[in-house]
Amino acid sequence: MSKPVIATTSLAGCFGCHMSLLDIDERILELIELVEFNKSPINDIKKLTKPIDIGIIEGGCCNSENVEVLRYFRENCKTLISFGECAIMGGLPALRNGIPVEECIKEAYLDGPTVQLNKDKVLPNDPELPIILDRVYPCHEVVKIDYYLPGCAPRADFIWEAVVALVTNNEMAVPYEVFKFD
Amino acid sequence: MKERIIEIIHKYHADKTRLMDIMLDIQDECQYIPEECLDILSKELVLSIADIEQTISFYHFFSQKPRGKYQVYINQSAVAYMMGQSDIIEAFEDELGITLGSVTEDGAIGIFGTADIGMNDQEPAILINKRVFTQMTPYRVRQLIDDMKAGKDVKDMAVKAPGSGKNSDPLIDAMVHSNIFRIGPLLANDYKPFDYLKDNLSKIKAESIVEELKKSNLRGRGGAGFPTGLKWDFCRKSSGHDKYVICNADEGEPGTFKDRVILTEMPELVFEGMAIAGYTIDAHYGILYLRYEYKYLETYLNDLLNRMREEHLLGENIAGISGFNFDIRIQFGAGAYVCGEESALIESMLGKRGEPRDKPPFPVEQGYLDQPTAVNNVETFAAVVKILTKGADWFKKLGTADSAGTKVLSISGDCQFPGIYEVEWGITIQDMLDMVGAKKTQAVQVGGPSGTLIGPEDFQRSICYTDLSTGGSMIIFNRDRNLLKDVVRNFMEFFIDESCGSCSTCRIMPAVMLDKLDKILHGKGVKQDIRDLEEWGTVLKASRCGLGQTAGNPIVMSIKNFRHLYNQLLNRDELKYNGFNLEEAIQESCQVVGREPVIDHGHLKNGRERPECKANGTHKPECPDLSGHKDFEHRATNL
Repeated sequence: MSKPVIATTSLAGCFGCHMSLLDIDERILELIELVEFNKSPINDIKKLTKPIDIGIIEGGCCNSENVEVLRYFRENCKTLISFGECAIMGGLPALRNGIPVEECIKEAYLDGPTVQLNKDKVLPNDPELPIILDRVYPCHEVVKIDYYLPGCAPRADFIWEAVVALVTNNEMAVPYEVFKFD
Repeated sequence: MKERIIEIIHKYHADKTRLMDIMLDIQDECQYIPEECLDILSKELVLSIADIEQTISFYHFFSQKPRGKYQVYINQSAVAYMMGQSDIIEAFEDELGITLGSVTEDGAIGIFGTADIGMNDQEPAILINKRVFTQMTPYRVRQLIDDMKAGKDVKDMAVKAPGSGKNSDPLIDAMVHSNIFRIGPLLANDYKPFDYLKDNLSKIKAESIVEELKKSNLRGRGGAGFPTGLKWDFCRKSSGHDKYVICNADEGEPGTFKDRVILTEMPELVFEGMAIAGYTIDAHYGILYLRYEYKYLETYLNDLLNRMREEHLLGENIAGISGFNFDIRIQFGAGAYVCGEESALIESMLGKRGEPRDKPPFPVEQGYLDQPTAVNNVETFAAVVKILTKGADWFKKLGTADSAGTKVLSISGDCQFPGIYEVEWGITIQDMLDMVGAKKTQAVQVGGPSGTLIGPEDFQRSICYTDLSTGGSMIIFNRDRNLLKDVVRNFMEFFIDESCGSCSTCRIMPAVMLDKLDKILHGKGVKQDIRDLEEWGTVLKASRCGLGQTAGNPIVMSIKNFRHLYNQLLNRDELKYNGFNLEEAIQESCQVVGREPVIDHGHLKNGRERPECKANGTHKPECPDLSGHKDFEHRATNL
């Protein structure tokens, strides 16, 4: 049987969850025995090249590109995991939820105390730029999510146990200390 | 005013750990915490204004805005609403012309909602300036308003009735009922106050008390069920220059009111138990942390403590035991459910936000003022006295093999005689329902909102630590109740309000879950939503304390045991509906920056290709289209 294929991506996140993934340290060697990595910021493969068994999503959706990438992952991943606080609940970026988008954009580009160079008062409107959404959405509000791995960031041991349990088709048995929030 | 504030601060020796007491006194004086107090507090206590404000904002009963000369707090518990609280709120709002959460223009009367005030057996109940008014009706509301408008003292209002039991004691004088419907060995009236302390304590060694408690299998009565003998042993063996005994009387779990009754009817038993704990672990200070809702017991309990001091049952060389020095003070909370968690309770006693600590270290090692501290429930202290008086063997014969002794249950909701029942562990739910005269029962909430909701198929299960564990709250719902709308929803709102906000799981997830529940209640739910809710229940387990870990339980347990209620609300025609629409979601920002709401992610292809893409998401920006790939059989249903 061929090895299960994993792909990961970071949407509106800080890459902290991916950093935590790297914290599995030398077990990454065991991991590549167990699974095959496809597109991921870790190996810098830019495009999905085959159907994916496990898609791991860091971050929620704050702009149109996040939505498109997330939908694309959903379409091409058998199992999709919301990975970390932002993917599950919006996280820090979602602090803007409840503040009108207009206020956020003006604060960022016109009125903020650190805005000094935008003398022409330009708001980012190039068609190439992703479009900011009205609020930050957790992944499950955009596509169906199969599993949730909480943490900010989830501990490496927790990620390890979860991925191993999933690919070996076992129940995950992790002690509280491994997945607790603090 | 400044002089008065400084006077209050110095009454507590300008000790910043007494911030709670200081602010409670300021609020008694000013009806709220005025802005100008913050500077004074900050200077005198050497605390930052942010530190003070974060404590103020944490507790329901502290306010930085005037809340009226008469502050009416209306109980928001599920049972209060079942008994007609909506009519009471409506009566207040209509008569006063203001909405819940506001103050009349003249600043005289403010009406606010508050979490369960521990009167579930006599709802609808309200608090006005610390005085409890139970069994309210719209007529009584009008009477109260007339009296408030006439400026009468809360004690002189026309809504008045003698409380039962010791509630009619002049030092309490509350229209509260003790409603004890079944006494057992703990509440039995064979108790002679302080006999054990006076006559027997000098004859027994501290180690022997620990051994006796271990032998008795006494476990904590607050809900968590930690073995009391073991806790005291840990605490005794921990090193520290001081040790502390804390009695947890915060009982904030909706539906629990047994500690109120125990402290009303037999406070001697509790204080005697605390003194024995002091002797056992070698502590010199005991603190009763009493919830603010029970402030009406303050004079009564302090009077008892004073009498104990006069009789040398508190103070130095108690009961003639040389070197046994122990005293007790009462610390009031200011309205926060999470303070029932022992480390949050300790934080609160130090004048801080009641946020649970990250553990370890546990309070038995580093608790109050970082010293070894034994925190036990009111009922546990009471049980200790009975065990030492009658022996561990006697105690072990009561209850079941793994749950020794009796449990004082607070039973409320749809039954003939809501109130206090002391039963042996092991009683079945069905027997309990028959005992209290409950008919046509649809469900029982065991252990409060953080516990479990069970239906008739579980009524033969028994109440004990290994089956249905409870800190005492039992709420009964008959078949006329809408469990999801009137009960589960209320409990979720409770957890959202009461989260300390420290862990994002507990701060946010219950709100996300409530949104999902509302989606289902509005007929927009699909099967996947139920699965999501179950998954999120496990996400909450990552939280720091019991509140967070169980905050999803109202939903999780009702899905487990009442799945049909959810299923009948689901939309079966759709596999997925989440209401997300990309085109709508980008409208606003496009307007702000002045661009067409058209999505173009050509830049992702290094600028070589820039295919136009409408916002409907058919284009795959980053990757090749894999739809025809031979390995791929899934797709269809997941979207």
